Amino acid sequence: MREFPPILQAKNLTKTYGENVIFKNISLDVYKGETIVIIGPSGTGKSTLLRCLNLLTPVDSGQIFLEGEEITAPSVNQDQVRQKIGMVFQNFLLFNHLTALGNVMVGLTKVKKMPHNQAKEKALQELERVGLADRAHHYPAQLSGGQQQRVAIARALAMDPLVMLFDEPTSALDPELIGEVLGVMEQLAHEHMTMLVVTHEMGFAREVADRIIFMEKGRIVEEGTPEDLFERPQQARTREFLGRISELYGKREKG
Amino acid sequence: MISFLEFFVRYFPDLLSGIGMTLLLTAEGILAGLVLGLAATLARTYGGKFWRSLAIAYIELFRGTPLLVQLFLLYYGLPGLGIALSREWSAFLALGLNSGAYQAEYLRGSILAVGEEQMLAARAIGMSKWQAIFYIILPQALRLAIPAWANEPVSLLKASSVVFLIAVPELMTRAKMIASRTYDPIRSYLAAAVLYLILVYLVDAAMKWLEQHTRLPGLSQARQK
Repeated sequence: MREFPPILQAKNLTKTYGENVIFKNISLDVYKGETIVIIGPSGTGKSTLLRCLNLLTPVDSGQIFLEGEEITAPSVNQDQVRQKIGMVFQNFLLFNHLTALGNVMVGLTKVKKMPHNQAKEKALQELERVGLADRAHHYPAQLSGGQQQRVAIARALAMDPLVMLFDEPTSALDPELIGEVLGVMEQLAHEHMTMLVVTHEMGFAREVADRIIFMEKGRIVEEGTPEDLFERPQQARTREFLGRISELYGKREKG
Repeated sequence: MISFLEFFVRYFPDLLSGIGMTLLLTAEGILAGLVLGLAATLARTYGGKFWRSLAIAYIELFRGTPLLVQLFLLYYGLPGLGIALSREWSAFLALGLNSGAYQAEYLRGSILAVGEEQMLAARAIGMSKWQAIFYIILPQALRLAIPAWANEPVSLLKASSVVFLIAVPELMTRAKMIASRTYDPIRSYLAAAVLYLILVYLVDAAMKWLEQHTRLPGLSQARQK
């Protein structure tokens, strides 16, 4: 049951840094309410792809559409586009001079020009949503990594984005803190938030993703449901990668 | 021979008015320098090619030449171009322009230290570049700059003594006047030294207070460990 057009659509995106081709001719449709997980070896352009999708990094060629409107057009106000696309970074990137509440509020008061009290109420709701209402007045340096990342998620959610992009949201976390962040993301998926997640957490991919995209060397090798990819991968490269990843996981769990 | 203490007490009212002028010049210089330094740093870090070059030229010019030369150019040189400034204005401008170039360097270091990633996070929630600079980068960069920047008021306070060469009635000028009146240079300049020392101590204390009261919870604790 897909609503057309896709909420976020990428057509033939290419990005190079000098001689280095980061990715080439990537096309991608993200439908409303979907959770898409992008997997693949490091350095295959997954993170750059996310940054290009919310215009933090310009693409060399190709087009991106948000709700059917081209956001790569030169006349587009990029700041307005970014309000509608939430982004969660690997290393949280909370604003260090603001409390958890301040981090979530600042976009509402400064970007959306929402009155202070209304913004505060909304920000507290978002912190509640990620289970951190009791940490509202803590500064980032007083929070654990997992808590910081949940505040970062609340900060992005507060802008009421159409799509949320997650760039390896648990890669910088100690193993025991990963669960709380994945828990929040899983809950968002159940609430039908549209999400595009770059991660190495295969458990999450398997349980939560509607679709998985396997990327390698700047191109999409294979995509499909978790079942398709995990049970009957079509490409040798996919099989190999998943095999290596699960081996790694087995080792990590034993250790 | 009278004691230093008696000498000090006798000429203190004279010296006190000099202290007032010294503090005024320092405060004005620091504030003007802060505005100039901030503008120069922002132009240098975030401006286009034109503004960046202008900022670099300003910073290099005023850090690369002695304060005294700058002062003389303003006071003795500008009248030649039809711009006559009072002694006080020349002193104020020289100190402000000179301090601005140094403050720009302090601020630039801390802006770089805050890092590109905070900018990225700010842009990601839809802030424009200038919103990100004012609401996210500067509040952090200014805090970071304080410990190093705190040297500047002290250094400017002492540097302000050169303006006695254009006879602005500040502490050094007063001391020199007392010295030539009393033929007692040792006691005169020693009195000035003591007063500078006290002023520096007070400014230092104010800077420590500032540093403590702008600290971010958590961060400072981590640093103290």
